[in-house]
This record gives sequence, structure tokens and C-alpha cells, in this order.
Amino acid sequence: MVAATSRVPVAKTYKIYIDGKFPRTESGRYFPLKDDEGNVIASICRGSRKDFRNSVVAARNAFAAWSAASAYLRGQILYRIAEMLEGRAEQFVAELVLQGVSKRRARAEVDATIDRLIYYAGWSDKYQQVFSAVNPVASSHFNFSVLEPTGVVAVIAPNDSGLLGLVSNIAPAIVGGNTCVVLASELLPLCAVSFAEVVHASDVPAGVVNILTGFRDELTEQFASHMDVNAVIFCDGDTDVSRDIQVLAADNIKRVISRVDTKWSEDAAQNPYLIKDTQETKTTWHPIGS
Amino acid sequence: MSINRPIIFPKTNSGNFVSTEPNKLAFNDGWQYAPAPESTDHVTIDQRYKLFIGGEFVAPEAGRHFETINPATEEQLSSVALAGEADVDRAVKAARKAYNGVWSKMPASERSKYIYRIARILQERAREFAVIESLDGGKPIRESRDIDIPLAAAHFFYYAGWADKLEYAFPGRHAVPLGVAGQIIPWNFPLLMCAWKIAPALACGNTVVLKPAETTPLTAMKLAEVIRDAGLPPGVVNIVTGAGETGAAIVNHPDIDKIAFTGSTEVGRIIQKAIAGTGKRYTLELGGKAANIIFADAAIDEAVEGIVNGIFFNQGHVCCAGSRLFVQESVADEVIRKLRDRMETLIVGDPLDKNTDIGAINSASQLETIESYLKLGQEEGAQMYQSSCAVPDRGYWCRPTIFTGVSQSNRIVQEEIFGPVLAIQTFRTLEEGLSKANNTPYGLSGGIWTDKGAKIFKMTQGIRAGVIWANTFNKFDPTSPFGGYKESGFGREGGLHGLGAYVRLEA
Repeated sequence: MVAATSRVPVAKTYKIYIDGKFPRTESGRYFPLKDDEGNVIASICRGSRKDFRNSVVAARNAFAAWSAASAYLRGQILYRIAEMLEGRAEQFVAELVLQGVSKRRARAEVDATIDRLIYYAGWSDKYQQVFSAVNPVASSHFNFSVLEPTGVVAVIAPNDSGLLGLVSNIAPAIVGGNTCVVLASELLPLCAVSFAEVVHASDVPAGVVNILTGFRDELTEQFASHMDVNAVIFCDGDTDVSRDIQVLAADNIKRVISRVDTKWSEDAAQNPYLIKDTQETKTTWHPIGS
Repeated sequence: MSINRPIIFPKTNSGNFVSTEPNKLAFNDGWQYAPAPESTDHVTIDQRYKLFIGGEFVAPEAGRHFETINPATEEQLSSVALAGEADVDRAVKAARKAYNGVWSKMPASERSKYIYRIARILQERAREFAVIESLDGGKPIRESRDIDIPLAAAHFFYYAGWADKLEYAFPGRHAVPLGVAGQIIPWNFPLLMCAWKIAPALACGNTVVLKPAETTPLTAMKLAEVIRDAGLPPGVVNIVTGAGETGAAIVNHPDIDKIAFTGSTEVGRIIQKAIAGTGKRYTLELGGKAANIIFADAAIDEAVEGIVNGIFFNQGHVCCAGSRLFVQESVADEVIRKLRDRMETLIVGDPLDKNTDIGAINSASQLETIESYLKLGQEEGAQMYQSSCAVPDRGYWCRPTIFTGVSQSNRIVQEEIFGPVLAIQTFRTLEEGLSKANNTPYGLSGGIWTDKGAKIFKMTQGIRAGVIWANTFNKFDPTSPFGGYKESGFGREGGLHGLGAYVRLEA
């Protein structure tokens, strides 16, 4: 008779998310994520510059269709991400706890993340009405200004807020029709990979959200300098990092958006001006006449 | 009374062009325009101009000056102060003092009235400004009189009214001025660019240090007189003349809170790098290479007028000029033929003549740049055609020029020339036209000509640029935001959206 034993759990392999697929980094490198006692929690992909370039290609290819998708559809997809996250909330709480966050705070962070997605889902078909204009030009023309997405947005997500900070930057970018490549928190990367799985299950087209894990020291330069990226958002770093990003970004006149020192758990960290950060104003003229 | 119209087929100087347009009205031999020069009697230009700092005209500390010339005659108009670092520092201090002491404390409704005054005085002195603008910059008097100066006045009038209404511009936010704005402007619309920069900055409660371009400083110095006469508190607007060195002193000054620049993408890049890490705000309005797209179903004669206006307006010294023409293949021959006919009627010459269509190229160095592109275009294998008009012996001139047989990778297609030079390509389908139009790192403007409404919206949505003209081109208005996508810069000037460049938003 076989002795009864407790079941051996199946551990998850944490991979990166590019173009709607979950590859390992092409570089074959990893870094160990350890808990407070030094035990290895997981091997995290140490994403490379090549992974980033591949992600930009995917994001650029996805841009035309995603930016042309209806605001209603984008809103529903963001809502769907929230639904999926709600259903898997326990997993995210457990991952945060594994990375050293208290159970109570982990629960609060996951709840706030779900609510933030709902918040931006609701903005999808409203920010345009708030920020667009019909302009009363003096000549006989009809003239109006609308917002259009900036394009491919590179996001260096906050290091100290692995889930809420990540989603607080992805949501306003994609609800406005941008596509993005995101570098997850280096200290708290687990939720970013699991969030990619949630995104993947939420009808978000491949390439709209790409999430890499890896070292900031290694990848920041590439995020700031890539010539087919239209905007770069960064959420922490000292003045040297900030200067370097802006210098590199200037080569193709990227929009540089600093969100350093944002308290992601506060209500002030969500507003439509974060959507507007990665929007361009287009003004169209047409004569009035016969 | 019956009008007997002479029907004359053009004989051109070059002899290589014969119109096939039936019953074409030709102007070259049949009709001559008598000279119709605008009077300069009522205009005074000082022999020497100082800097406008702290409400007074002051000499530059190092005593250096530079000449500004009339590009139509190559004669010197005046000698203008060259501001060095010490002068810029003095101007920034004056601006800071005015900001802290007066301008940021004044009720917005009072601020508003000062800006209205500037608009009104500009309207009163409009003709004088128009003449000086044409003398100093070379643009046709018809344009400076009917476009530059009235629009500049209108811009001040528009933003004056915003000063005490800012809480309605940013829902859910409180708008706070930035402080001292450093502003650097180009030579193509000298006074109008002053207005685009100064008016929204003042309306939002900032003070200003502005540098006009070195080839066109005169109307900015005249504007300084207007600002003084309008009684603005000293230091609210400071104007420092000079070239790149003066601009760099503004960009690098530690007590400036915001840089607004209009000019080339090359210099914009340098500025963006120079500002990195300083925390200064900045908006950049940079170069362009706009596509002007003509569909077969367009009203062709109107479209030809639009092409001419798109590329030859202001000698093509326009960042949003329609410098890449895309014509649907089935009408390409007709459009190009009519365009060449129309080009033959354009009068190139004295900017002060009311009949002049195309004035002088702004400077010797710009003419050199344009001519190097004309050479390059031919070397790249494109066919060049220029109108056969006569041009004056002295001064800087370029005949209206088109290139056909160009490809997407040609430098004359990819690079901003900033002159009356048009590169023409064809396309078959809407998708092809759109993808060719967007094949550029620039994204400032675009044009589309078609009679089909659905096609207009498809194209205007598809072109990645900040200003799109459908069945029109090169129209501007103070209420209408202007600015680029991609490497044409960021931030908007004009309209409600233009306020965003000069405020910080607080919860």
C-alpha cells in the first residue's frame, strides 16, 4: 500500500510578454528573485535590448488597428482586464505576499489596481469630449481639434509598486489608443508577468501591451533612445537618470514624461491628464461654402 | 460691354515649355502689370537698435552690433544690438522681478487689458509694421499686410481674453503660471511668431525674454515700442536680439522656467538635450515636410491653387509648407500641366509691390541652402522645372521650382528645404497615398483635396500630423491650435490648447 503524501505544487515559469506570446528572453539570461531569507522565489528573465527591439516592432505593428479601434471597444477591453484580474485576485495577493508585502496591503493593492482599470475603462469614450474643441476661426472654415494617440510608448514602470504602479501607467496609455512596451519593476517583477497573462486573456490584441523584466541599468538607455518609440515614461530614478533619458530621447524628439515621486495608491494618481500625456492634438480645417 | 480677352500661348525664356492648355490666359507677353509699390514714406527705421530690457531700451554690455539687411536689395537697413550672456542675464532678472513683483500678483482681468492694448496698437500701426516686415524679411507686402500683421494683432486679442478665464480651460485643475519664459523665434513670420509666443505666455501670467531671429529683428523691436507705449509694467516683456549665441544663453540660463522654441528640428534636438535634467518645461515647434495629396475627384483648378499656396506662400519659408505633392496617377499629367501654367503667371520680385506673388529669399545663406538642394535634386536624377520669370539683379531670389520623377528616398523628398521647391510624386490607391504621405519623420501638417466627404475623413484621420487642411491649405487663426507630431515637435500654439504650454496644473 502506497503511503499518502502531500501533493507537490507545480511552480510557474515567469516569462516575458512580446507580441501576444510568452517567450523566454532571447538572451537566455535570468536573475534570481529571492525572498527576505534569501530563498529563490523564481528565475526572472533578464530581458535584453534585442527583446526590447522585438517588442517595439510588435507595438508598432499593433498601433494602426488599436488606435483605430472604437473608444467603446477599448473601454470594454480595459473593463475585461479588470474582470480577469478580479477573478485571479488571490493569485496576485499571494505573489505580493511572496515578495514581502503584508497580506492586508497586498489585498488593498490588488483591489486598487482593479478599480484603476475600471476608472480608465470609463474614460475611453469621454476624454476626447473633454479635451477636443471646435475652434471659431475668423475665416469661412469649419475647424476642429481632436486628440490622437502619440504612438508607441516606452514605459519604465515604478520599482516600488509592482502591480498598481505598473497598471497605473499602462492603462492611461492604452485606453487612448497607444501601444506600449513596459519594463517591469526590477524588485517586484512577479505581478507584472502574471498581469501579462491577464492582459492576454482579455481580448487585448497582440502587441498592444508588451512587458519585459530585466535590469534598468541595462535597458533604460534603449527605452529612451529607440528611434521608433514616440514617447518615454519613467517613474523613478535620480536626476542623472532623468537627464540621461531626456538627452537620449531628443534624438527623435520623443515626448518625455516623468512620473517620479507619484504615490500610486492615492486618488491623485489617476486622472485624465495622464491619458492626455500620450495624446497629440490634431486640428483639421475645411472650407464652408458650396 | 464685351471684353475681348487675348488668348496667348506662352513663349518662355527657356523655350522648353509649351502649354497644351487650350484657351489659356497667359500673362507674360499679353498683360503687363505696372509697378505698384507700397509707400515707405510713413515708416522710420532707426540706424541703430538697442535691447529692450526692464521697460527701457538699453545698449548691449559688450557694445556689439550686427547688420540687418533688406534681402531684396542687399542694402543695410539698420544695425542691431547683439545680446551676450550678461545682457540675457539682465533680461532674465528684469523678467523675474516683474514676475514676482507685479505680473503674478496683478488681477487676471487687469493683465488681460494690457494684452488687449497691445492688440489695438498693433492694429493702429498695422501698415507700418507690414512695410517693415517686408523690408526686413523679403515677404510680399500682400502677405505681410493681409496675413502676418492682422493675425499677430488677432492673436494678442484672442489670448487677452483668456487671462481671467483660465479656470474654464483645464477641467478639474487649477492653472498656475510657470514663471519666466525664454522664447526663441524664427525669421519666416517675425512679428506673428512674437505674437504666438508672447500672447499666451502673458495671458497665463508669465513674464518673457524673447529673442527674434538675427535676419529679421526689426518688427520685434517695433513691438517693443508698442509694449512700452501700452504701459506694460517694466520687465514683463524683454526682447534681446542676437544669433545662436544669444539663444544658447537663454536656453542655458538657470533662472528660466520654460523654453519655447520655433525653428529647425536640428536646433530643437540641441535644445531638448541642453535642457535635459534642468526641470525646465519646453515646447518645440520644429520642421516639416508636409504632404499635399490630390485625388482624381478633386476640383482640379482649386487644387492647383492650393498647391501654389501650399508651397510658394512666403517663398516656401513655411514649416508647414506643402512641399511634397502626391497626385493620383490618373490626373497627374493634367495637374502638373496646370501647375506649370499657373507657375508661369507668378510674379517674383519687389516685396513691396502689391502685385508680387513671391518675394525675396530671406537671406544669402538660405538661398545657398535652397540652391544646394536644387543641385542635389538634379544629381539624384529628378527632373527640375522652374518658371521662366525674370528676377531682379540684386537681392536673393529663387524662381518657383518643381521636381518630378522623384522617389521616396530622395533627399529632396525627405529633407526640409524651406524654399519654393516642390517634389511631386504620384499614387494610385488611397492606401498608397496615405502610406507615402506618412513616410517621413516629420508630422507638422498635411493637405488633402477631394470632393468625397468620406475620403476626407479617412485621410485626415490617417495622416500623422498636427494640422490638416482639407480642400484648403496654409490657413491660420489664433483660435486654431498649431503644432506637430513626431519630429516636428510638441506642444501647441493657438487656441485653448495653446494655453497648456504656459501653465502648470495643480489638483
